[in-house]
Amino acid sequence: MQADGSNPARVIFKEGLQVLLDRLKAAGYQVIGPTVREGAIVYRPIDTVAALPAGIVDEQAPGRYRLGEIRVGEQRPLFAHVVGPDSWKRWLHPPQQLMWRAERKKRGIVFVSASAGGQPPRALLGVRACEIAAMRIQDRVLAEGEWPDAGYRERRKGVFIVAVNCGRAGGSCFCASMGMGPEVTEGFDLALTEQVDAESHRFVVTAGSPSGQRFLDVLPGQPASEEALRRAREQTAKTAAHMGREMPADAGSVLRASLDHPHWEAVAGRCLHCGNCTMVCPTCFCTSMEERTALDGKGTERWRQWDSCFNASFSYLHGGPIRNSGAARYRQWLTHKLAHWEAQFGTAGCSGCGRCVTWCPVGIDITEEVRALGTPQETMRHDGG
Amino acid sequence: MTVDRLMIEAVAAHPLFRDLPAAEQRAIAECTGETVFEDGAMLMRQGDQAEHFYLILYGMVALELHVPGRAPLVVETLGKDEVVGWSWLVPPYDAQFDARAVGMVRVLAIDAACLREKMARDHTLGFVFYQRFLPVIADRLHAARVQLMDIYSHPADYAEAPSAGKKRGKGKR
Amino acid sequence: MTADPMIPMPFRVVRQRHELRNVVTLTLEPEAGGRFSFQPGQFNMLYHFGMGEVPISVSGDPAKRRLRHTIRSVGAVTHALTRLRKGDGVGVRGPFGAPWPLAEAEGRDVVLAAGGLGMAPLRPVLYAVMARRERYGRVTLYYGARSPADILYRKQLERWGKRRGIDVRITVDKATPAWRGHVGVVTRLMSREHFAAGNTIAMLCGPEVMMRFSAQTLNRLGVSDGRIYLSMERNMQCGIGLCGHCQLGPTFICRDGPVYRLDEVLPLMKVRGL
Repeated sequence: MQADGSNPARVIFKEGLQVLLDRLKAAGYQVIGPTVREGAIVYRPIDTVAALPAGIVDEQAPGRYRLGEIRVGEQRPLFAHVVGPDSWKRWLHPPQQLMWRAERKKRGIVFVSASAGGQPPRALLGVRACEIAAMRIQDRVLAEGEWPDAGYRERRKGVFIVAVNCGRAGGSCFCASMGMGPEVTEGFDLALTEQVDAESHRFVVTAGSPSGQRFLDVLPGQPASEEALRRAREQTAKTAAHMGREMPADAGSVLRASLDHPHWEAVAGRCLHCGNCTMVCPTCFCTSMEERTALDGKGTERWRQWDSCFNASFSYLHGGPIRNSGAARYRQWLTHKLAHWEAQFGTAGCSGCGRCVTWCPVGIDITEEVRALGTPQETMRHDGG
Repeated sequence: MTVDRLMIEAVAAHPLFRDLPAAEQRAIAECTGETVFEDGAMLMRQGDQAEHFYLILYGMVALELHVPGRAPLVVETLGKDEVVGWSWLVPPYDAQFDARAVGMVRVLAIDAACLREKMARDHTLGFVFYQRFLPVIADRLHAARVQLMDIYSHPADYAEAPSAGKKRGKGKR
Repeated sequence: MTADPMIPMPFRVVRQRHELRNVVTLTLEPEAGGRFSFQPGQFNMLYHFGMGEVPISVSGDPAKRRLRHTIRSVGAVTHALTRLRKGDGVGVRGPFGAPWPLAEAEGRDVVLAAGGLGMAPLRPVLYAVMARRERYGRVTLYYGARSPADILYRKQLERWGKRRGIDVRITVDKATPAWRGHVGVVTRLMSREHFAAGNTIAMLCGPEVMMRFSAQTLNRLGVSDGRIYLSMERNMQCGIGLCGHCQLGPTFICRDGPVYRLDEVLPLMKVRGL
């Protein structure tokens, strides 16, 4: 609500969304949004609203992800899906990155920075509350410490975020119990709430930043009524009440007290140590460095790529890996995410997006694992756990 | 039995016996004398009857193991306040190592037969003595095990995962 | 430090000294001139052209202009580094990590316990202490090496023991016939008589098992966990808390360590495979 009593929020339609895309592109942004590739929704550069997953819904459960169709009357919603295997991490903290080049010269080695420059600023369309939370978590790690990552900071700074309030919760979602969603409350430029019924398909749009407001003010549509805003809030509240899972509130203290719990062995027996959970996780930030040398031996490049604490080589110290069992590696992942992250960065390391639950090939559900670890050890033994 | 005042004080001053009741300190002192070994002298010899055990007051004693055809191997050295020998407590009371003075060594030498006899007669003395002696043995056994671990070796000698993959040195230092 | 902590600074090898089998000390100078400042206990990421980077503690004198690193060949990169010769280029990022508590040690007795190559990260402490010897009480170095041939900086340590007011006590696990020194683990050297337990700072560096037993022995002799510091070792790739490799429970060794106060890490050291 503005000082004069008018409401800056607007209601727009699909055409209005296309205008937003066009205006963002005209302002120099590369627009990245959800689109269907190989049976999954991923985040890729898009030009038109037509690239969005119209009428597509994802069915998710531990170890299960399927796309299906959804219609409301004749309308095909654009954001009925929740989150897929991809995350915005791909665009802010890319899977592979050239850090610098070096050449051997007469006067020693010459290092040349591979700056993050030269890339357009990006507008991210369809960002969910849990994903904004994940970016804030990565900000703490990569941009706000004593030694910030220059490339990340550069990319993050220029980002324009068009968020979406989730109209439904997925089968693996638990952002509500993490306090990270589903309502978009901060860290965005524009936020959409999609409202679809048999008669109309519209978006209630609010601005979260002055720059977002400037875009919003010129979108074709109409001012949002109090009624439209109330319905949008109700819809998101309903999503919050229908989360697929729930993380126990005391997860951090449970894990800190369970470092020697026998249940780690039980999880490790199911875990394939494939590292899928760390690849799909929007907050996992671990990387390894790699040397790529030119064949003539004169030039070399230093590359950084995503790594996973599930790889045995991750903790390799001369002689062998420190975490030499699957149980130790699983424990590292879960305790880092839900307990130790707090001590390291002053925030939980999990946004409750549920990707690790869906994309685990054997369907390990971290909310269930935390519950099992919270069970007194005596009981575990009686149960044969 | 008369016993040298200074010997009682020497026994009472040793960390091993410091907190014993005076009666026990006196009983031990009755079996104790003070001895000096010159550099290279043997305090005990592998296979001989262990007639004494020693508490080092000054200097260093090397425990050596003998293998025919090889130079004597020093497995452990002992210094001030440390105990040399416990074979005298274990039948048939044969010394298991050579104990050799490295430089001049001054010791309290305790007559094994004398003390054994007193301990057999006075179980309180026997108990308090074992109570102090056993931790020394446990500590030395523990140290010997750590020594066996060869912890400063080159990592390649004891790699947990045999060099099946890439071998990379990533550790600090 | 360059603007981007991920980009190495070019240095040049001005001296290569063979220390032990598989161990050399490199003396390095920045190509750009100037001096390299560090605090004892900190480490650098050393880069070998075409091979990669490894974290290595600084082992030289913090008051000197030149940078010294003692490196053991244990893998491809360290092997390549030990083969560098005078004039070769090398990249340096750093210094990183938390230093030894030299300020806290002032006015107290100082106990250093080194095991094997763990002597290297402690040598800067000795340089610093000798430079301001009057600020410290009794200084004792307990050093356990594998054999007499594996004693790092042996001549230098013997010299310091004789003339520089440092009580140097060296022991080996495996003696040779010519060795007339101590034989046995480093903890056997420790004695209440060498320091005032209630007013001592201890600094430990070596294999984790050696540091654990040393800490236990020092505890028994009256030094509390809050006065014992140790240097931890893990896989490190970025050196600045961004890559995740060196995590030890809630800490990053590169950022929060490598030097820790024992009471901060003891619970973590007790958990296997953390």
